[in-house]
Amino acid sequence: MSNAIEIKGLDKSYPGFLLEDIHLDLPRGSILGLVGENGAGKSTLIKLILKAISRDSGTVRVLDVDLDDPDFGRVKEDVGVVLDEAYYPEVLTAQQLERVMANTFSKWDREVYQNYLKRFQLPEQKKFRDLSRGMKMKLALAVALSHDPKLLLLDEATSGLDPMIRDEMLDLFNEFTREEDHSILISSHIVSDLEKICDYIAFIHKGKLLLCEEKDALVEKYAVVKLGRQDLEALDPEAFAGKREGKYGVEALVYRERIPSTFATEHTSLEDIILFLAKGGARG
Amino acid sequence: MEIFISNTSSNPIYQQIYEHLRNAILSGALDEGDLLPSIRALAKDLRISVITTKRAYDELEKAGYIHTVAGKGCYVAPKNTEQVRAEHCRRIEEHLRLVLRLAPACGISLDEITAWIHKLQEEEQGCQTPSK
Repeated sequence: MSNAIEIKGLDKSYPGFLLEDIHLDLPRGSILGLVGENGAGKSTLIKLILKAISRDSGTVRVLDVDLDDPDFGRVKEDVGVVLDEAYYPEVLTAQQLERVMANTFSKWDREVYQNYLKRFQLPEQKKFRDLSRGMKMKLALAVALSHDPKLLLLDEATSGLDPMIRDEMLDLFNEFTREEDHSILISSHIVSDLEKICDYIAFIHKGKLLLCEEKDALVEKYAVVKLGRQDLEALDPEAFAGKREGKYGVEALVYRERIPSTFATEHTSLEDIILFLAKGGARG
Repeated sequence: MEIFISNTSSNPIYQQIYEHLRNAILSGALDEGDLLPSIRALAKDLRISVITTKRAYDELEKAGYIHTVAGKGCYVAPKNTEQVRAEHCRRIEEHLRLVLRLAPACGISLDEITAWIHKLQEEEQGCQTPSK
């Protein structure tokens, strides 16, 4: 199975910001979730993949074509993009927008688009600027899905939306990847959303990629324990990936295999793991 | 066939799928030659990771419960009576181990356990006789 996205040694610096030595692969047919705090470099990474900004060094391949390949423009036809804000001409309606898009993408499918408009219950005659935020995002997603993409790049596409709409969108992403050669890269700071749909999780912290792992393997690898200080000292210090000391005890993230199996572990969510790792600064 | 995945269970998800499918095969809910759902379809329907589902199928194949026909899918393998027996033995052992772990905590000796088992067996037989 080849990779839909391959990133090697990617660097990008701005004054006061550094995205450093990123190595990341998105295997075809899977969903990779990009997690990280605000300003960690998620959007910068996605813009670099789209060649919307230039990189300092490193190589990026998208759908088997190098970013520097003169043919890269064609690859963009196969990539559906939804950014955190949809930028369409304000006065266009969904129907008028379609005429623009039909001229932009050679594989534009009118029927698919119309079906999404119905499915999302988007008002056809309302101008773009009069749509609610949720509707704008749905419209952007309808556009992204209507030119037969192989890869979706979604930057905070679900943030700022209510749980119902978010769930609807997650279902749609799930459906999209029923096809074996369809892949998704999605960034979000809503970790629970990513936990629901992703096969892989990549965690960017202050411009560095702290980990990129199979989601279920992560949840198997780490566990949260709550214990008193005495118990803490009895455990192998190597077993800890992060800890938080409180007034009445200690909460810690541990490697499951390094603690005795009799230890009671809490139900551990991806969010717990990310939070502990971000604060502990540990490497996965 | 019904499969439930518990996110709060301490069992990893791939193991839960493995056990569901294995039990369905051992109990006869799935017959020899039945086509299993494709890895991708099952993963998407259960809203779990494709990799995890693949791992469960790989384990099932390794254990001989299913076999893969390239380009077609995964089928339930002919039932191997020896294998079923081995599986039952494994479960008996699991339960016995639990007994051995719990017994010392209550101060129960091995002899007492043996006596207990005999008593239980009499009870089981007693239950069965009237119905015969």
